[in-house]
Amino acid sequence: MSHTLAAVIGVGQTHHRAKREDVSIAGLLREAVDRALADAQVTFDDIDAVVVGKAPDLFEGVMMPELYLAEALGAAGKPLLRVHTAGSVGGSTSIVAASLVEAGIHERVLTVAFEKQSESNAMWALSVPVPFIMPVHAGAGGYFAPHVRSYIRRSEAPNHIGAIVAAKDRQNALKNPYAHLHNADTTVESVLASQMLWDPIRYDETCPSSDGACALVIASEAAVERSDIKNPAWIHGTQMRSEPTTAAERDQVNPHAGREAAAALWKQAGISSPIDEIDCAEIYVPFSWFEPMWLENLGFAEQGDGWRLTEAGETALDGKIPVNMSGGVLSSNPIGASGMLRFAEASLQVMGEAGEHQVDGARKALGHAYGGGSQFFAMWVVGSDKPR
Amino acid sequence: MRDIAIVGFSQRQMKEFDGSPTCVELLVPVFADLFEQTGWTKSDIDFWCSGSSDYLAGRSFSFVSAVDAIGALPPVMESHVEMDAAWALYEAWVKIQTGEVDSAIVYGFGKASAGVLRRTMSLQLDPYTVTPLWPDAVSLAGLQARLGLEQGAWDEQAMAEVVARSMTDATTNEWAIRKGETTADDVLAQPVYADPLRRWDCAPVSDGASAMVIAATGKAETAANGAAWITGFQHRIDTIAMNGRDLTASPSTRLAGEAAGTDGVDLAELHAPFSHQELILRSELGLADDVRINPSGGALTANPMFCAGLNRIGEAAQQVWSGNSQRALAHATSGPALQQNLVLTMEARA
Amino acid sequence: MAELGTLHAPLKVEFDYTRSLGPTLSEFMSGLRRHQVVGGRLADGTVVVPPPEYDPQTLDPVKDLVPVADEGIVQSWTWVPEPVKGQPLDRPFAWALVLLDGADRPLLHAVAVDSSDAIETGLRVRARWSDEPAGAITDIRWFEPADVASTSSTTASTGSTTEAVDGIISPVHLDYDYAASPEESKFFRGLADGKILGQRCPKCQKVYVPPRGACPVDGVPTTDEVEVADHGTVTTFCIVNVPFLGQKIEPPYVSAYVLLDGADIAFLHLILGVEASEVRMGMRVKAVWKPRDEWGTTIENISHFEPTGEPDADFESYRIHL
Repeated sequence: MSHTLAAVIGVGQTHHRAKREDVSIAGLLREAVDRALADAQVTFDDIDAVVVGKAPDLFEGVMMPELYLAEALGAAGKPLLRVHTAGSVGGSTSIVAASLVEAGIHERVLTVAFEKQSESNAMWALSVPVPFIMPVHAGAGGYFAPHVRSYIRRSEAPNHIGAIVAAKDRQNALKNPYAHLHNADTTVESVLASQMLWDPIRYDETCPSSDGACALVIASEAAVERSDIKNPAWIHGTQMRSEPTTAAERDQVNPHAGREAAAALWKQAGISSPIDEIDCAEIYVPFSWFEPMWLENLGFAEQGDGWRLTEAGETALDGKIPVNMSGGVLSSNPIGASGMLRFAEASLQVMGEAGEHQVDGARKALGHAYGGGSQFFAMWVVGSDKPR
Repeated sequence: MRDIAIVGFSQRQMKEFDGSPTCVELLVPVFADLFEQTGWTKSDIDFWCSGSSDYLAGRSFSFVSAVDAIGALPPVMESHVEMDAAWALYEAWVKIQTGEVDSAIVYGFGKASAGVLRRTMSLQLDPYTVTPLWPDAVSLAGLQARLGLEQGAWDEQAMAEVVARSMTDATTNEWAIRKGETTADDVLAQPVYADPLRRWDCAPVSDGASAMVIAATGKAETAANGAAWITGFQHRIDTIAMNGRDLTASPSTRLAGEAAGTDGVDLAELHAPFSHQELILRSELGLADDVRINPSGGALTANPMFCAGLNRIGEAAQQVWSGNSQRALAHATSGPALQQNLVLTMEARA
Repeated sequence: MAELGTLHAPLKVEFDYTRSLGPTLSEFMSGLRRHQVVGGRLADGTVVVPPPEYDPQTLDPVKDLVPVADEGIVQSWTWVPEPVKGQPLDRPFAWALVLLDGADRPLLHAVAVDSSDAIETGLRVRARWSDEPAGAITDIRWFEPADVASTSSTTASTGSTTEAVDGIISPVHLDYDYAASPEESKFFRGLADGKILGQRCPKCQKVYVPPRGACPVDGVPTTDEVEVADHGTVTTFCIVNVPFLGQKIEPPYVSAYVLLDGADIAFLHLILGVEASEVRMGMRVKAVWKPRDEWGTTIENISHFEPTGEPDADFESYRIHL
């Protein structure tokens, strides 16, 4: 089946902060969108369709905010879609935008994902008590902490692996001017000394709550050729998989959906050994321990061995498989945009535009997002060269 | 472009659904219907996509539990839009166009009766200058209706005829919740409710779920039920601002219709939650007087949020399958006063 | 036996959102606090109220803000016979598109009149300002016919507050009627009798507690009822040390997945009666029920789980439930 090649030609993001009190919701989005358009050397007139992504509407208290945002995003008179697949939404949104080009329907698609978490309180929005049910839910950290405990037990990983991840990502964030957290003093020791919030997850091992947005311009091969863009990020493969939140004997540590999505992705992108062929990876790690968990789930390490890569420093910027060069979700977390930021960082790396957090010679990169109860997965591989 | 056909459709519409806001209880039998219609099983479905709203359900991630109805282990390739499922259908159609998959089930669901629908919908408006006043959905339609009445774009009689035809046609629709042989005079004899609107001018608050199967040529022909081949599929959006557009028109409908191509259409299922909106849609789509409009009764007789648009497409497909239409058009709308609109055309093939 | 309906309970979703504004809306809201309506002049010269943040044609930020009058002409209206919570008036009133003098496009707001006979297109109306303006669209309480409106309250009241309004508080309080599924309703009614009722999936034979409207593996409702024990094994858990808005249990507490004997899926509950630091994966626990007269159709009939004192379960016995 003929499949139009697509590439990311423009990337934009906001400066992510706990509270962006200087802008409205539309203003926040436009900051990312205007940067992406400028990066792609296009204007709103060149855009055929807009795809918006964000996590639950309860975060901002606006039902389907893309309706109100349509005009400010230059979408009036054009097609506009709104994707919502929980935490993976930034990734899914990128994939939907890419598919509009790959299907041969549009030449240039603008996609933008955002969250303005300071409008409300995510813990509240995620923990509205459901009648008749035991009110033990305690936000995302409360949800994931037991599964982190299961991972530690199953893999027999040493206690400090999570702290290694947190310290590394916070150090990487110092090289990223857009990152929310710039904590120069974060070390393995300081992470281990931070307060235990959702035991076994410590304060410094959790993601912040951020306001922010991310935007991409995705173009067809023909549109790229007609442009002055010389370093697009070619899309080599995209995959999404879902499974139920809870099911008898469902593996919550190494979910089937993630494994299946990764296997399909590697096959689609012609990759037989991810750790050897992928130059760097931006992986959705909202709690530090998810780095080793997803290294295994994605096939960078055998089951139970992901933490060994982390412990050996192989996921650092100069390691064998650098992970979360941007500082990751642990350093910036505008939830709805967090997945797209991963996809964007992978693109920047293969475009050679990642600035101080550039991995030397990165030519093939992974962008990854997950959501819900580790049940929704979205991922893509981008490369400096056209696929095949 | 690949040839893609609608090969299965099932729906449930009701005044009040006594069950969970995830509507899993409705989706299970709806999916079973689809497998029976097509003769397919879950393994024949490459992609799943749904449409629903957290604010309708009153909780974050309301769509997550709906995945249970699929039976999603082993995992499925799946996506969700916070839109009417008609747009989920669009995402699935695009996915098939990429060549990565050949078939999809699309579903939508909503339990509007769980909240105060017309008030909840105020949350769709500009959050700074409009929502704090809580203008309800019926009132916004009322402002639109009066503009058209006073500018001479339509009159009460035309609105009443839309209502009468819809309720009369709905008598044969088992899923319609407001129906009965009705004349325009019967409608005009009803008291005015939200001046200028009568209650019958406004879609009833409805609960429901529905689902559809589409597949690319090569696969579609193996479905037992028949096929309605998609010939055009377009959607557009306008500004939300009530003062930013001519409310007696719907430019996004016109653009979507022109792009999809409406020539030769003999039947149209239009998603008009208010009677005057059907008049706007017919005009913007340039539908001739002999085009059969809403044989199902349309949204004025049942309007389950987040699947009512998909239901228009499903109703039209059923007319194509049964041979009542050679070339049908279906339309879905979203946002206040016809802000966002989708047009799909389909045809029968020998 | 007649089939019982599903269990219902009220569900409130309430939050007062804090919205930052950005420059254009800030100027608009600051004007309202002075009892001054400002519009935005677009590139084509059109004056629009409220000012859009971005020009619909050029998509550039709207920076040219101009004062307009607080009175004008009704262009369209609709009657609200049954107001909903939060609207400007709690008695029947009209919504109108009001073209303010000096503006080219109308503003949506309420008009206070006693009946639908008292309003018509072309009616001249004037803003009724709040005596305590906050810098929000609600500073205009409503419009009223200009011939009856008093003009006294229209002067700017607050000379002291010259700082720009940079945010608004937007309360969103919604009331829902929550319903459990039929399968869950049986489970909750069982709890009212002190029983924990699961159901078996007719396809995969797994016992789900609570039972499900759809077995998440097979997509069919669970059916055959199975009463399971009120004791079981902690598979995994976390200790919640963090307080948050809306929290029902005071931290620290242990939130644990308990795999009841006879069930094929663990469910979340609270562990007490033991130091949090002593809770272990594999710990055997039993339900501690509240006094019977406090029971309802809720899982909260079980106050918490506490250790049974049995030896811990072997890891391999619950490994597949992690």
